[in-house]
Amino acid sequence: MITDSEPHASKPVLSLSYSVTNFRTLMDRALTMFAILLSLAALFPLFSVLYMLIVRGGALISPSLFSELTPGAGMEGGGIGNALLGTLVVVAIASLLSLPLGLLSAIYLAEYGTESKAAVVVRFAGKVLTGMPSILAGVFAYAAVVVTLGSFSALAGGVAMAVLMVPTVMLTAEQALLAVPSKMKMAALGMGATRTQMVLRVVVPTALPGILTGVMLALARAMGETAPLLFTALFSDYWFEGNVRAPVASLAVLIYNFSGSPFPHLVKLAWAASLVLVSLVLVLNVIAQVVIKRPTEQ
Amino acid sequence: MTIKGVYANDIGPESDAARASARAITAQGARAKALMDCHIRKLYYGSFLAVRDAEIPIAPNAITAFIGPSGCGKSTVLRSLNRMNDFVPGFRLEGSVHFQGQDIYANHVDPVAVRRSIGMVFQQPNPFAMSIYKNVAFGLRLNRYKGDYAERVEAALRGAALWDEVKDKLHSSGLSLSGGQQQRLCIARAIAVEPDLLLMDEPCSALDPIATRRIEELMLELKERYTIAIVTHNLQQAQRVADHTAFLFVDTSAGGRTGYLIEYRPTAALFEDPREERTKAYIRGEFS
Amino acid sequence: MANPAPSRSGNTPDLSGAFRSRIARPPSKWQRGSDIAFRWVAHAFGAGVVLLLLAVVIEVMRHASSAIGAYGLSFLTGSVWDANRSTFGVLPHIVGTLYTSLIALVIGGFLGITVALVLSQGFLHRRWELVMKNVIELLAAIPSVVYGLWGIFVMIPVLRAQVASLSKQFGNFPLFSTSLNGPGILPAGAVLAIMILPTVTAISREAMAAVPPRLAAAAYGLGATRWEVIFKVTLPTAAGGIFGALVLGLGRAFGETMALAMLVGNSNSFGWSLFSPGNTLAALLANHFPEAGAIEVSALMYAAAVLLSITLVLNVIGSLIMQRATSGLRGLK
Repeated sequence: MITDSEPHASKPVLSLSYSVTNFRTLMDRALTMFAILLSLAALFPLFSVLYMLIVRGGALISPSLFSELTPGAGMEGGGIGNALLGTLVVVAIASLLSLPLGLLSAIYLAEYGTESKAAVVVRFAGKVLTGMPSILAGVFAYAAVVVTLGSFSALAGGVAMAVLMVPTVMLTAEQALLAVPSKMKMAALGMGATRTQMVLRVVVPTALPGILTGVMLALARAMGETAPLLFTALFSDYWFEGNVRAPVASLAVLIYNFSGSPFPHLVKLAWAASLVLVSLVLVLNVIAQVVIKRPTEQ
Repeated sequence: MTIKGVYANDIGPESDAARASARAITAQGARAKALMDCHIRKLYYGSFLAVRDAEIPIAPNAITAFIGPSGCGKSTVLRSLNRMNDFVPGFRLEGSVHFQGQDIYANHVDPVAVRRSIGMVFQQPNPFAMSIYKNVAFGLRLNRYKGDYAERVEAALRGAALWDEVKDKLHSSGLSLSGGQQQRLCIARAIAVEPDLLLMDEPCSALDPIATRRIEELMLELKERYTIAIVTHNLQQAQRVADHTAFLFVDTSAGGRTGYLIEYRPTAALFEDPREERTKAYIRGEFS
Repeated sequence: MANPAPSRSGNTPDLSGAFRSRIARPPSKWQRGSDIAFRWVAHAFGAGVVLLLLAVVIEVMRHASSAIGAYGLSFLTGSVWDANRSTFGVLPHIVGTLYTSLIALVIGGFLGITVALVLSQGFLHRRWELVMKNVIELLAAIPSVVYGLWGIFVMIPVLRAQVASLSKQFGNFPLFSTSLNGPGILPAGAVLAIMILPTVTAISREAMAAVPPRLAAAAYGLGATRWEVIFKVTLPTAAGGIFGALVLGLGRAFGETMALAMLVGNSNSFGWSLFSPGNTLAALLANHFPEAGAIEVSALMYAAAVLLSITLVLNVIGSLIMQRATSGLRGLK
């Protein structure tokens, strides 16, 4: 690059050093600074959310928070015990319903359907379900369960969440199953394993870490979902006592209900519930990423 | 059978005409009582004729090698001996493969049953992602073996000359072994169920020379108890281990690439006195 | 006998049965039966996923049918939602959905692509790239209801302080024609932008990373600066994937419910001002379903069907774009 920025140069020389007056260099530097600053700005909300959760929510963390029922309007004290238990109940119901469907359909896709037209249709259905707004899962469960049984229920909440979990579990499990080297499958078949024996004794055990990662991510996503529960599981101020046909509390709906409350104490409980919920979700994510997805050998 | 006892022990470079004739006699005997008789008239993948006219008997308690240039269908033939080709879409076979008197391609035959009594060792070592012990016990469990598992696993690992190296870490992953050890683990896995026939598809192609030598020694030991058919692209390997050798060639005259059998004879005879011009040329290394 | 194999008996092979080995035996009846049964079960469950999708569509349509029959297309053009008078129209909600989503797309798309560039073009040390990528993924893990809570107590107060002068000085300009008294379009769109950021970042980062390095190397070799390479090589080559990321981000924004239900104001009417309250389809469902009577439920189901159709079409378009984008790069590899 020819520049005349050096005064003592008698004739134009080839300068390879950075030049501050060159427009292209300046532009390049400015854009780089701008991009990095914007990226840091994009991270700011996350830190603000975490800060608020810890400061506002952390203030209320105590054993009684987990062991007591939600207080009524205008009352002090109480906790979020019933909501925490309810979330676990709903997620457990959803897992019972969605894991068999998700895992077996993944086995179908990876081992039986593969590239057939039927498998393409199944995969497409899975992708559509993934992209479907979560509230529509609630609408479906309302129509299919709440209307049929005549009341809001934990079961309806579980069905709604299961609809959201199935495609996540199926698509991630399929990827995990496909990642099993075909030479291992051939080894099993070559020894006279039936296709089923190959799948259950070699492919699934080998793919298990990947499958569990998908299950954990699906659980984490389901746990934080509110929309599907609003008009299926509804809410309850009491403990879950084993009746899946009765409404049940959940952390997510608690946060929603209490966030608009005029009573400061209920808002504080909403922050505390948020902290608990985010912690649960993050723990599941960390388990999925670090503990289960250990580096594969070979 | 006494002749066979002699020739099982004399595999070496110093073979002479007398031994060669002894082998020829054995070869005839083997053909008469072959463990497996492979009569492939035509083998298709879809409309592609992959192999034609391959008549290869597999003699019991001997090693039969399949050699030939790449694309000659030697692996294809081997894989049709335990119906592994069934997994290739469009596979079709005209002819028969008789195993202990039964055609394994007959309609009533369950390919799963065939594969249980014919073991296979693949080109790439392919242990399962489970412990060494479980790898070897896998076939036993498939066959619902009722006896002492630990004893069978040890016997198989000893048979595969791997026991001393792994006896202290039977419960660590099979994938933690080196390539040569993994291949011997696969051999142990295959022989644990005492298969009537052991198919080996270029078992040393992914291994270094030292590991290759070990596998070859192992094959010669295994011959005492098992029958082995091996595909190899390595002529020296065929010479070192095989009792009989089948030379396949590729026919491009019809526009496709169709493999077919040129010559099947006792190894020494095939290498020292090939009858066919193409065999001679191949052995001289004029093409590969 | 030179044949020590224990399974062999005598010199002549036993031809009566294929199995002479002590251990190998044909598959048992149970093994054969379970093989067939398991194959059927797997196929049935595969079909089950398709049936699940069909069930969702059919259930929604079935319950919406009476509203579809009663209101027809005027449901889409009506702007009044009044359960007491049995008058239902979702035009404000459709427009509100589009408006908030577009705001989110402008802010979140721009930020997302910038972050993707920073993460994929070697601006940062690899370790910091990884840290930042994980932090962005963390954004996606936070439940939407928590963003709603944060929006109410952090975003809205901050925005109110910032935009008060804006609406005073530029009150004639339609975008700023009202003051922000609480929930409204702008805070909803802003929080939505944060929520779609991880989607846009992740997908467009992949598209940028898929650009073969030798293309960039060619431009560097001609003396281009880093940003010249980005604008003239990386972005055009990855354009298809980036566009797909934006469409999928938009799909996510359309379906997002909780943060909007908490922040948009639920006003069932629509104004162009960024600071006025509005509503969206998803928020309408969330707010009205729990206490709706039979007639309103049917109208809500109709609204759900509209939402389902919009997101379905968007997602199909987004996936098609992604497919074309990846197949377009295939020739370069």
